[in-house]
Amino acid sequence: MELTPTIGIEMHCEMKSHSKVFSTARNTYSEEANIHVAPVDIALPGILPVVNYECVKKAIKAAFILNCEVPKWMMFDRKNYYYPDLPKGYQITQNREPVGQNGKITIPFAEKELEVFIHDIHLEEDTAQLEHIGEVSYINYNRSGVPLLELVTEPCFHSKEEVVAFIEYIRRVYQYADISDADVAKGQIRCDVNISLSKTEELGVKVEVKGVSFLALADVIDYEIKRQMDLFAKGKEQEIIQETRRWDESQCETIHMRSKANAIDYKYFAEPNIPTIPISEEWKEEIRNEIPVMPLERLKRYMNDYGLSRVESNTLLKEKEISDYFETCLRIGIDAKIACNWITGSVLGYMNKEGIPITKVLLKPADLNFIIERIQDGTLSSKQAKEIVLQVLQTGKNPSEFITLDSAQISDETLLEAMCDEIILNNQAQKEAYLNGKSNLFEFFVGQVMKMSKGKANPVKTREILKKKLDEIC
Amino acid sequence: MKSEILQLQKRFQLESFDFGNYLELLQKKLKVHQDKCNSFVTLLNPTLKREGVLSGVPYALKDNFSTKGILTTASSNTLKNYIPVYNATVYEKLLESGALLVGKTTMDEFGMGATGTTGHTGVVTNPFDETRQAGGSSAGSAAVVASGILPFALGSDTGDSVRKPAAYCGIVGYKPTYGLISRYGMFPFASSLDHVGVLTRTVKDAAIVVDQIKGQDPKDMTSIDSSQIHLQKRLENKENKHKKLFYLKEIMDIDRYENPSEDLKETFALFEKTLVKAKELGWSVQSESIDVTLLEALASSYMCISCAEATSNLSNLTGIIFGLRGKSNQINEMIKESRTDGFSPLIKRRLVIGSYVLQKENQEKYFKNAMRVRKLIVDRMNELFQTYDALILPCGEGRAKLLDGSKNSFSKEVAVLENHMVIGNFGGFPSITIPNGYIKGLPVGINLTGAVRDDENLLEIADSLEEKIDFQLFGGEK
Repeated sequence: MELTPTIGIEMHCEMKSHSKVFSTARNTYSEEANIHVAPVDIALPGILPVVNYECVKKAIKAAFILNCEVPKWMMFDRKNYYYPDLPKGYQITQNREPVGQNGKITIPFAEKELEVFIHDIHLEEDTAQLEHIGEVSYINYNRSGVPLLELVTEPCFHSKEEVVAFIEYIRRVYQYADISDADVAKGQIRCDVNISLSKTEELGVKVEVKGVSFLALADVIDYEIKRQMDLFAKGKEQEIIQETRRWDESQCETIHMRSKANAIDYKYFAEPNIPTIPISEEWKEEIRNEIPVMPLERLKRYMNDYGLSRVESNTLLKEKEISDYFETCLRIGIDAKIACNWITGSVLGYMNKEGIPITKVLLKPADLNFIIERIQDGTLSSKQAKEIVLQVLQTGKNPSEFITLDSAQISDETLLEAMCDEIILNNQAQKEAYLNGKSNLFEFFVGQVMKMSKGKANPVKTREILKKKLDEIC
Repeated sequence: MKSEILQLQKRFQLESFDFGNYLELLQKKLKVHQDKCNSFVTLLNPTLKREGVLSGVPYALKDNFSTKGILTTASSNTLKNYIPVYNATVYEKLLESGALLVGKTTMDEFGMGATGTTGHTGVVTNPFDETRQAGGSSAGSAAVVASGILPFALGSDTGDSVRKPAAYCGIVGYKPTYGLISRYGMFPFASSLDHVGVLTRTVKDAAIVVDQIKGQDPKDMTSIDSSQIHLQKRLENKENKHKKLFYLKEIMDIDRYENPSEDLKETFALFEKTLVKAKELGWSVQSESIDVTLLEALASSYMCISCAEATSNLSNLTGIIFGLRGKSNQINEMIKESRTDGFSPLIKRRLVIGSYVLQKENQEKYFKNAMRVRKLIVDRMNELFQTYDALILPCGEGRAKLLDGSKNSFSKEVAVLENHMVIGNFGGFPSITIPNGYIKGLPVGINLTGAVRDDENLLEIADSLEEKIDFQLFGGEK
């Protein structure tokens, strides 16, 4: 067997919530340091944690999405260690009974699907943020106590592509379920990566790389696999030891932090200040009912049932709100393909240009439906429709306000017939040539009518009338 | 017995009463007491608030309750300059009730210790005898209430830190059911065992104060709804039903002690006398049993659990955000300096024990076994509370220990007798100590422990016994 890498991931993701997981301070991103800080977040003597139920609920939701077993109780434990970013000297986490265990999730991967096994998922609190400038270290406690979801996979990946696809998909899942913004730019996602190489079914020596940002993930995996491969190639595989390494961004390499022998003993024990919180069947049911349809299911439906391409589907699935907008369009009767074209074209184009999310878009699905119906009944040309869509996007006004007599297509048959008669009468030479077999001159007549009507003549009807009139002559 | 709080408030009502003079005199008495007993870390100058149930009633807080703007040290060098920015819930409640905080009392550092000798501002002495300990860890609170200057003070009780000094100082020490009083803002020692407690001169005053400070607190998830519990009301309208008390024969059999001390014999005699009084009230008193192996494991189990929690709870004391800052510019050295200089040897010893018993390779053998002992004892107690109203036992071998430790005879056989009150913390049971007479002029106490949430019944028992026991309070408002 070939030397194969096996990878397991611990993905930490900051959750979205009104306040922090154990304090009343706001959970929000801020450029200004130390403004969202309650006594609990800086561990003043005498403080006590109070569990934020919003976070518990979202953690249970995440566990269900990952098809985990969810226990009857929510329990918390203390993980004890000293670090300047950890004010209490311990982190409240879940060690004995994580909120989700033994799960699995199917993700889209390279036009196929990949099954990922989940060891567990648990709720904990984030640390403060350290910043080292010159000789001085600064501590920002805004992040201290921010709710964190830690997802631990089984060692079930074999390439960086699989890992990146997984993290990408989980990000999208968290966004869909309103669990997290999973914003990479705000550093809301950090991973610990476990990598081992082996020629047999048995796993090799595991090396952990800690605190990897989403953006560095692929580089870290590449580097670490290559490092270990090189050691194998040189026959020095015994130099691969069970250790924890970190990623040096400036040198683009992993660096030894500590070996297994020096692993920290976290002295876990039950958090005495938080009673176990029952997770009732009713509560579970309520939470299950709030879980939206996940992106993979939507993808399958868009491709198989609506005949959209993978690229089109993925464009619509990029955000839940866009996908929901699309699905609202379908619900009110717009054809899938037509809706997709309008959304991926005009609507997303406008959003990108203005830098706004779809929730701020003034053109509602009903407006779009109205405009599409006006194309179908011949009131608007597609060119006119595009303009009206843009106007509604900009103003939010009712689209009917932009369809005036002046702008509407001329579909009135008497009027069109009169115009056609006049054109034929004024272009006798062309008429003769056409009748003598120069059939491509038909387009000339259509063009003339369009010119005369300033582009408003209904092209379908114009063609019908012209055909009829010219054929009548012969 | 009468309430000194109500008596005092009656005096406030008198037309001739001059509150300014009263406060001035109070300050003088406190200063004299301070010189004698060293009960306070901080003395304050309170001004009168005229509203609330405890309007004008002076009291003290143990120096481990967070008081905004007022130095709070937990009698530790690590916090010798620490001024909190928020209020403990109990302090908030007492502020609302109109009581007057006169000072913050000396304690054993962070509540660890039972002597009142380990605080950073020095030793607290017993008001009955300056050569003796007041007991701890709520030493200053017990001493000042015993001296009769204040009708009540708050303490904290993790092992017996309210009930033991109360016994040594001849007053009432009451630790209600776990969760009845919010712990928010009380500096922790061992969270699963920590209770807020009150030191008063009568059972009725304990009821009055706890009625004011109890209640479910959104800031403490372990606090419980006690809106149906009305302690003072219950004492005024007693059920006067037949009560069933029990004691443990493993502790109360004099033949188990090879060389009983004079104190022990006297303690037993006083205990017997009180049992007679209980019977006079028409109550029954039975002897019951708990596996002696479990009882002998009480002290070590308590040590494992409390030190484990303490080592974690005190990990916030690094000097980074608050407290004593180390001078090194290297972070680990800075933390080490702060803790090395800040903690007394007793604390360090306990933190090392706590760390040791939590280590992966030791946890099963020490910490988890201690938790098993705790559960077995609590289960047995709950079983006994199916039949009985309360457990009754002496608080210890005898009188307060001498400050000169060389003369304190330590006898292993009284270990269970000295440590049994920890049962109240293991189970979160309400537990109260009341004076039970004097041995050679020094007070000793008797302890009553009841079922969880049965605080009303327990206080009724304590109040009825208090009336029957022949005990002259020391000092106080006459």
